[in-house]
Amino acid sequence: MTSSRLLPFYATLVIFLLAYAVCVIQFPNMLSTRVLGNLLTDNAFLGIAAVGMTFVIISGGIDLSVGSVIGFTSVLIAVLVTWYGVHPLAAFCIALTIATVFGAAMGAVIHYLDVPAFIVTLAGMFLARGMAFVITTDSIPIAHEFYTTLHGLYFRMPGGGRLTLIGGLMVIVFLAGIVVAHYTRFGSYVYAIGGNRTSAELMGVPVARTTIGIYALSGFLSGLAGVVFSLYTSAGYSLSAVGVELDTIAAVVIGGTLLTGGVGLVAGTFVGVIIQGLIQTYIVFDGTLSSWWTKIVVGLLLFAFIALQRLLVVLSARKGSSQVATP
Amino acid sequence: MSGLVSGLRKAAPQLACLAVILFFNWLAFPGFFDLRLQDGRLFGSLVDVLNRGAPVAILAIGMTAVIASKGVDLSVGAVMAMAGAVAATMTVEGYSLPVVLLSSLAVGIACGVLNGLLVAVLELQPIVATLILMVAGRGIAQLITEGVIVTFVEPGLIFFGTGSFLGLPMPVIIAAALALLTVLVVRRTALGMLIESIGVNRSASTYAGINSRLLIVMIYTFCGFCAALAGIIAAADIRGADANNAGLWLELDAILAVVIGGTSLLGGRFSILMSVLGAIIIQSMNTGILISGFPPEYNLIVKAAVIILILLVQAASLSGFKLLLRPGAAATARKAEA
Repeated sequence: MTSSRLLPFYATLVIFLLAYAVCVIQFPNMLSTRVLGNLLTDNAFLGIAAVGMTFVIISGGIDLSVGSVIGFTSVLIAVLVTWYGVHPLAAFCIALTIATVFGAAMGAVIHYLDVPAFIVTLAGMFLARGMAFVITTDSIPIAHEFYTTLHGLYFRMPGGGRLTLIGGLMVIVFLAGIVVAHYTRFGSYVYAIGGNRTSAELMGVPVARTTIGIYALSGFLSGLAGVVFSLYTSAGYSLSAVGVELDTIAAVVIGGTLLTGGVGLVAGTFVGVIIQGLIQTYIVFDGTLSSWWTKIVVGLLLFAFIALQRLLVVLSARKGSSQVATP
Repeated sequence: MSGLVSGLRKAAPQLACLAVILFFNWLAFPGFFDLRLQDGRLFGSLVDVLNRGAPVAILAIGMTAVIASKGVDLSVGAVMAMAGAVAATMTVEGYSLPVVLLSSLAVGIACGVLNGLLVAVLELQPIVATLILMVAGRGIAQLITEGVIVTFVEPGLIFFGTGSFLGLPMPVIIAAALALLTVLVVRRTALGMLIESIGVNRSASTYAGINSRLLIVMIYTFCGFCAALAGIIAAADIRGADANNAGLWLELDAILAVVIGGTSLLGGRFSILMSVLGAIIIQSMNTGILISGFPPEYNLIVKAAVIILILLVQAASLSGFKLLLRPGAAATARKAEA
């Protein structure tokens, strides 16, 4: 059972390696640490948000507010730093606190009012984007020396590639996510709630605390993604990161996490994010393909992975005689 | 007659909500209720609310059927973009109006069939199944328009967006006709009840002899058809197809309209007319914010506040019911009502 649950992850990994091999055969330059470094840097905010989304989806929920929270945080930081002269670090703390409280509030509504996460986080999405609009609709550049210092921080990999601060941060967040998911009590609670909420509750899992914690974590990581986005673009704009929630959901699903909850790996999401980045990099290298092919290919990949997962679930349900087939 | 009265009573919270919004609109803009007839056509803010709300109302009609079957269709916005792209591109290439309309609607129907097959046959979760098309659809729309905004000047197609019939704008006529037809079909036949039974318990309905697979495919197909219709209207309205922005986030507005209308996201009881009312409420809010001189940025915050308010009211009324009625009594009461 365990091995068949890991199959989607292995499938993703194999597809990634195959795709990368095809890319390298066509464009040998893609096999360089420069490309790898850029992959990490360009997808840092997506990856960090996707870690939070992984926890939410493993618990059987969904968080549509991710993109809006990223946009809100980036605007808030830009306004605090540029208009009010707050030090960026203090601005980061304020933004992260607001994002975390925001997520926790959504979790509380989902649990205590017993409303589908879809609708609550939809309201959250409108609210966060609306607040970003209310702060300002202008694009505000950030020219603070602290930003310049942070931009100068990078680790030079062999071959000339740069592991930037934000790229490194994404890797650290993923590692932390893996530890939290598999080696802490909170992680097991998340899997238990996603597997069967009623059973989890009867087994003594603190469902209320965990649900709020899951959405608070997702809010915090969305906020962190906003911080990274602000560092990445050195600006804040209320219309930025529109639709990122879809990219993160796609990354999580491609990474082998079941949207029904209970099954999934944070590491899979990492591969899902990198696959999306690889498609974009390939389109850049090719030069003749238009950007909309990214959407189409991601859609096809989504379909392929979901069909594969479905097949595995059906097969394992047939194998296990004691299991009841899902209607 | 008693049906009408009980219907009005059920719609009381929504109607009260609409009345309050319209009242505030009137406070902000005293000429809000003014209507005038010019060139055989009604003009005024109220007509404008209906006109602007028509695409979301059309989407909400299809979405109601999907949500009643315990599903959701996230792809309607992308399908709108695709249908608009097809209509505009084919018009520019000189195809005749019927061919353009039929192909555009066929695209929506094909998307609906795809969604339906994924949900009914592959048994994917509806959110996931329709997410695929939501992501890929906009890419396909851009592929059709080749990344540019295709504009057209064909008067026949433009008529669907800005023309008028019997003094009312064409989108309003289309939405009203679609709503009436749908209500007749689902309520004068057993279809509506079958959809509700699938939404409440799909396997039980299947065991009771309902061909749930076929019915689900039909429901999603209908939703795709509605989305294509809305897409044609949206494209005709701006005389062009914008693959990036046509129908952007309208799936969320449509879902919101259905939820405001009182249809539960958990499937079961539904009302087409209430969803249309929900769409009108959303649009009155949008129009109100615009004409009251508030910056449109407040739009989203107000929308979020309304969702939260409705959730609270629903949660409160639900717990109230649980106290009042013994388990099972609700079902009996519902039966007596019908």
